Amino acid sequence: MSLSPDVFTYVADLVQRRAGIQLDAGKEYLVEGRLQPLAKEAGHPRVDAYVRDLRVAERPADVQAVVEALTTNETSFFRDGTPFRLLTEHIVPALRGPNGSLPRLRVWSAACSTGQEPYSIAMTLADCVGPDTSVEIVASDLNTAVLERAAAGEYSRIETNRGLPSSMLVRYFDAEGTGWRVREQLRRQVTFLKHNLLEPPAFGGQFDVVFLRNVLIYFDLPVKRQVLEHVLAAMRPGGFLVLGAAETTIGLDDGWERVPLERGAVYRAVPRVPAWGLPTATSPVPVVLPAARGPLTGAVPRTAPPGVLPHARPAHVPAGVPAPVIRPITPAPVRGETR
Amino acid sequence: MRALVVDDSRTMRRIVAGILERQGFEVLQAEHGEEALAVLEEDDRFDLLCIDWNMPVMDGLELVAAVRKNRQWRNITMMMVTTEAEQSQIVRALAAGAHEYLIKPFTPEELRAKLELLGLVSVKELA
Ligand SMILES: C[S@@+](CC[C@H](N)C(=O)[O-])C[C@H]1O[C@@H](n2cnc3c(N)ncnc32)[C@H](O)[C@@H]1O
Repeated sequence: MSLSPDVFTYVADLVQRRAGIQLDAGKEYLVEGRLQPLAKEAGHPRVDAYVRDLRVAERPADVQAVVEALTTNETSFFRDGTPFRLLTEHIVPALRGPNGSLPRLRVWSAACSTGQEPYSIAMTLADCVGPDTSVEIVASDLNTAVLERAAAGEYSRIETNRGLPSSMLVRYFDAEGTGWRVREQLRRQVTFLKHNLLEPPAFGGQFDVVFLRNVLIYFDLPVKRQVLEHVLAAMRPGGFLVLGAAETTIGLDDGWERVPLERGAVYRAVPRVPAWGLPTATSPVPVVLPAARGPLTGAVPRTAPPGVLPHARPAHVPAGVPAPVIRPITPAPVRGETR
Repeated sequence: MRALVVDDSRTMRRIVAGILERQGFEVLQAEHGEEALAVLEEDDRFDLLCIDWNMPVMDGLELVAAVRKNRQWRNITMMMVTTEAEQSQIVRALAAGAHEYLIKPFTPEELRAKLELLGLVSVKELA
């Protein structure tokens, strides 16, 4: 029993349009395997019939379910190790002001899957910034099912055994059932939002650090470019981008400069408005934004992308206030929870 | 790489030793803490000790503490491999000087993931 070509073509096209995900010929088995449960649930014994049925109406909920089923959500705590060490050893120190100050730190985990990545970031930062730094971590994904799991912060033993040092486990998790749950104090630091990387983020910009790991690999070249452009617009100049070990911006977008740190795929957003005398991305001292000295609304060139210009914002409005349409994903009540 | 597996269950020793051997370790075994110390006194060139908690004669926690006390052995990595699943027990073992903690039962992949974490084997990329 295999998928008919027209059904595969339709699904591949749908997933490409909605999520940017490339499904090359030969992935028929993947489509069939991932959609089988959906077909069954809808009362269709065969995926072919289910998809043909779906195609007639293309109801948003059905489309979303198909797209979600075709995302790959593989992840782990402290995946690849190095990026998290580089966060502590290089990125955070580089973001500190000349006197070592770091009043706030905004981090975006841009394809967070089931949450191991943002929680690993939160644990790393808890160990390397003090109480004087207000940390905000936004974590997003296209897949609402993984987001709900992420927000609940519950992990099986197999998941915590993958990449999470026991010392971190006992500090930041509580035993729950046969697994573990991220403590509230850490969960509170992370806001989970549904977001499609094909679109510009609606939750404000000015991120100091963006983790965009192991997701560009699913996209073709034009989509990679588009995604990187949206991410760049959401960063403060001089902010850091952390990619997956096998990913690069090189040849895709010249808004980034590779930071030569070991094997780590770390890039820095090149400041786009050198006329303001911003230091270059390579300068050791972090950028002091004109915004710190007051709004420069009048001086904002109209051609620059809005996301890179905090200065256009009145000083009393904090950057990155979530747009009202975005509702954070909050965990469903957990069985047996006493807190 | 050399490892010493300390467990009073022969089956368990075999399972752990088998997994470690497949990762390229040379593996020796001991039945309890005291025997492990005797092995170490003889020859301490070990990269890793996998230590059960509940054993006769000298239990795992005592062994961890004894190894920690000897400055000569400070480069030896210690991992508890035990059915003790209470959070407070993990805290105790780490405080005594264990570097990692693996709750039984576990899969070979979980043990391998711990070895990666400890830097004893190279990191395998996720699919
Ligand atoms: C392999 S996981 C990577 C998780 C984590 N960043 C890591 O490195 O371990 C890829 C994630 O990207 C998400 N994803 C795929 N396409 C997306 C898109 N267009 N917008 C947002 N998220 C997307 C998937 O839902 C999946 O959770």
